[in-house]
Amino acid sequence: MPVFAGTDLTCLRGDRLVFTGLDFRVGSGEALLLLGPNGSGKSSLLRIMAGLLRPFRGRLAWDDAAVADDPDRHRGRAHYVGHLDAVKPVLTATENLAFWAALGGAPVPEERARAALARLGVPHIAGVPGRYLSAGQKRRLNLARILAAPAPLWLLDEPTVALDRAAIGLLEAIIAEHRAGGGMVVVSTHTDIALPGAATLHLDDFTPAGPDDGDDPGDDAGDDDEDTRP
Amino acid sequence: MNRFLTLVGRDLRLALRQGSDATIAVMFFVLCVVLFPFGVGPEPNILARIAAGVIWVAALLASLLSLERLFQNDYEDGSLELLVLTPLPLEAVVLAKTLAHWLVTGVPLIVAAPLLAVLLNMEADGFGVLVLTLAVGTPVLSLIGAIGAALTLGARRGGVLLSLLILPLYIPVLIFGAGAIDAAILGLSPRPHILLLSGLLAGALPLAPWAGAAALRQAVE
Repeated sequence: MPVFAGTDLTCLRGDRLVFTGLDFRVGSGEALLLLGPNGSGKSSLLRIMAGLLRPFRGRLAWDDAAVADDPDRHRGRAHYVGHLDAVKPVLTATENLAFWAALGGAPVPEERARAALARLGVPHIAGVPGRYLSAGQKRRLNLARILAAPAPLWLLDEPTVALDRAAIGLLEAIIAEHRAGGGMVVVSTHTDIALPGAATLHLDDFTPAGPDDGDDPGDDAGDDDEDTRP
Repeated sequence: MNRFLTLVGRDLRLALRQGSDATIAVMFFVLCVVLFPFGVGPEPNILARIAAGVIWVAALLASLLSLERLFQNDYEDGSLELLVLTPLPLEAVVLAKTLAHWLVTGVPLIVAAPLLAVLLNMEADGFGVLVLTLAVGTPVLSLIGAIGAALTLGARRGGVLLSLLILPLYIPVLIFGAGAIDAAILGLSPRPHILLLSGLLAGALPLAPWAGAAALRQAVE
């Protein structure tokens, strides 16, 4: 049974220490819910888990093998859904999705793409170009991406943004199904999302106490990423 | 390999649907060259003398024009993060995107160049070499440009910065490209120039994707 774990993780953005001494562990079929106020490092932690961001200190391990030793393999087993929907305006929903499915190694990408759209309750947008999709439809399209090509680890950064109640219900069912099949899920969220038996991680517990805490504008961690980009 | 072709196919499809990028580069190329007879006068001998250099400089600027967008769209809509996270090595991603860029912007330049050579009264001996040097040289321009495009990603006024960064690196390509044509027109062998140009391509082919990938990793952090 695979286990994805991190020990003593420290994240530094610019010259600000976001969190330090953070440990987590997700086993097969388990879910981890990341909670915390804006700017507490939920997005940064998910980016570290995905391999987009290198931790300042600490170790990520998959089944006790360090992820840093074989980053290519880690990329093949994780799906990351970030704040941006990565929808191309001139491609139809199916084309957008089939591209990611093919890159993820799905055998018949178009078929997988259509099935994934149907699973997220939007089969009717299959032939619609990306520029005509609403924010919620784009988000569903982005979430359909994780179904179009299989991967054991799902890293979802506020997946419920722009989703209506029905879609959140669908997402909960999809996550439950993924966990039942032995998959792992890490979700950051501000809204209520039902993840039965999920472990929770409060990121503000790992925020170092310091005099600079007060003057932080408290903007979202995702926006934070943009500010500190070189 | 399949994933590589999938990415090339997707970029080609995007370029053809958007249309503008592909046509702008070749239109700019043609207009740029057409301006010279107006500037230096319609004297056929002068035009014939400067034809090789003018066409090469215009090709260089035209290829630079569209380079800024090479990674920009993917960066802005979040696709780049996901491309970094696919099982396809990032070096292959850079190479695939550069190949698609060259097919869309470089190949039309090669096709248009002989027509412009006629316009500038270039000697017929130079035509074959012109096409050959462009065929070897424009991929080098795209490859070197890809490094610059990756480095300037997310920078304000990245386009200007890109030109300042990349144009000096284009100089060897320009020297050997235009030199080969001049040599052919003067009845000398263009072979050494073309071999040196091929050497640049052989060097850029492995180095540019490697450097570009390193810059992209930095950009998505």
